Amino acid sequence: MSWNISRGVLITCLVLFGLLVFVPLTGSKYLIDLSTEIMVYALFALSLNVIIGFSGNVSFGHAAYFAIGGYANAILLTTYGWPLIFAFPAAIILSALAAAFVAYFCTRLTDIYFAMLTLAFSMLVWAIAFKWRSVTGGDDGFVGVTVPSFIDGRVPFFYFTLIIVTASIIILWLICHSAFGQTLIAVRENLTRAGFIGVNTRMMRGIAFVIAGAFAGVAGAIFAMYNRGVYTESAFWAESAQVLIMTLLGGMYSFFGPAIGAATLYILERFANEYTEYWPTVLGLILLVIVLVLPEGLVGLAKRLKERLFLGGGQ
Amino acid sequence: MDMLLSSPSFAFIQVLNSISLGMNLFIIAAGLSLIFGVLRVINFAHGVFYMFGAYIMYSVTKEFHMNFFWGVIAAAIGLAVIAVLIERGLFQWLYDKEHLMQLLLTFAIVLIMGDLAKIIWGTDQLSVSYPESLSGATNLGFTFYPSYRLMLCIVGPLIFLGLWFLIEKTRWGRLTRAATQDMEMLAALGVNVPVIYVTIFLIGSALAGVGGSLAAPINSPTPGMDATIIVECFVIVIIGGLGSLWGSFVGALIYGFVFNFGSVIVPNWQDVFAFLLLMAVLLIRPWGLFGKPEREGH
Repeated sequence: MSWNISRGVLITCLVLFGLLVFVPLTGSKYLIDLSTEIMVYALFALSLNVIIGFSGNVSFGHAAYFAIGGYANAILLTTYGWPLIFAFPAAIILSALAAAFVAYFCTRLTDIYFAMLTLAFSMLVWAIAFKWRSVTGGDDGFVGVTVPSFIDGRVPFFYFTLIIVTASIIILWLICHSAFGQTLIAVRENLTRAGFIGVNTRMMRGIAFVIAGAFAGVAGAIFAMYNRGVYTESAFWAESAQVLIMTLLGGMYSFFGPAIGAATLYILERFANEYTEYWPTVLGLILLVIVLVLPEGLVGLAKRLKERLFLGGGQ
Repeated sequence: MDMLLSSPSFAFIQVLNSISLGMNLFIIAAGLSLIFGVLRVINFAHGVFYMFGAYIMYSVTKEFHMNFFWGVIAAAIGLAVIAVLIERGLFQWLYDKEHLMQLLLTFAIVLIMGDLAKIIWGTDQLSVSYPESLSGATNLGFTFYPSYRLMLCIVGPLIFLGLWFLIEKTRWGRLTRAATQDMEMLAALGVNVPVIYVTIFLIGSALAGVGGSLAAPINSPTPGMDATIIVECFVIVIIGGLGSLWGSFVGALIYGFVFNFGSVIVPNWQDVFAFLLLMAVLLIRPWGLFGKPEREGH
């Protein structure tokens, strides 16, 4: 029942996928790179939304799992010479395990503590990446990642990213619209009541956190190969803020909202960087607008506009 | 490690180092915890307030060539003014919204003020000198110890006493405690609750400013110092218990000892020890050593 997807959304997704397939044919390096990066960030933001939109907790440290996926994939591929088929899943499992470890502590308490602890643990990951020089390269970053030859090149890598990201999004969609996903929404809406009807709310929030961490790890693992390097900044709280703002900008109560937010924010960043070095200020102002005027993000705004237009402005 | 066991004066100095670090952190964490206790908001911007305190100290002593003491006063007043502007301009609109929006608002302030600091003070590491009267070492009889750090060991407990007296022994403090219990009832009794809120936010933020100005000679002001301190404060208030003055005091002392002795015993990995301690507290007493268990479903 709940796996019905609205026709409009489905058509939009198929058209978007169709368009993306043809992006490399344009031959524009700029466009191919931009699309690859946006796909990675879209997945990253969608993964965060499993925690925010579907379990109602806010993680201020989601970048930690992106970074763990990236570092693990890079180190296994390069330092240990593992083939991608083993390194990539291992990186995802490591991200999920790290998320499970943090979730074990964070889900003991509710919202405020959850926010503080996720941030604190992500900074611990950052500190470890920073200090464990012999393995992670410290503040110079882990550079010169070995990329397997079959995806070595702009176009093959684009298609690799497209396939992995699409598959991940389909899996995430299925999870969020399954009985499990619907239960998570019940937990979000009322933790106490969900508990009364027999839901193990702590376990549910923990599982949501692990799923989110695993898919952030997927995004991170792709990004490490794309950049041929992983840097400590990817675990820093500014990165967590960025993905959080992407999710909120798009709209946390819709499944695809965060992907829209990721694309919007990423393109905005590209433009902003040409005019100002103060991108964080722009981010801060966007966040202020979201908090004060647009709590449901762009998707919420679009819905409101649609109602105005088609229902003649009546409430 | 060997030094710790073989030389009592070295060990004693490490104890004092731990206390002075803990007391400096206490001043900042107490502000964060105080604001949470009354306003029920965790101010993510508390770290950036601390950073502004340190930068203000730099400007006052290095650019305006004024006394260190005036630097502390200026940092307190500066942050008090910023706090009032933020509370009246932005925060007051969000008290009836969900926690998330309040957290996000403070996060927006972090991003904007972080850039503002770069615009005003640049990105270089700045140095602040110790005040002249405290730049030397004090003779403790069997060993010498830096006077400045000794001053921190004294100022911290004084601030603790001041806050304790204010909250526990004055009429205003009783009203504040009442506001944490039932804000609507208090308003119905004719108390001006918004004034209590803005005053608490002001005091808490001024403490961050004072803490930053006092830390400036030890931790040279630099961009990014806000991220480090906010994580340290989070660890302290979670260990001690959110909203508890005693909790901040004891939590900060514990953090000071763990961090300092951790760096002596296993250099470079002191952060990890603090986190291990945090995890242990979360397992045994999730609401912190001096905190109260959360009420369900709010």
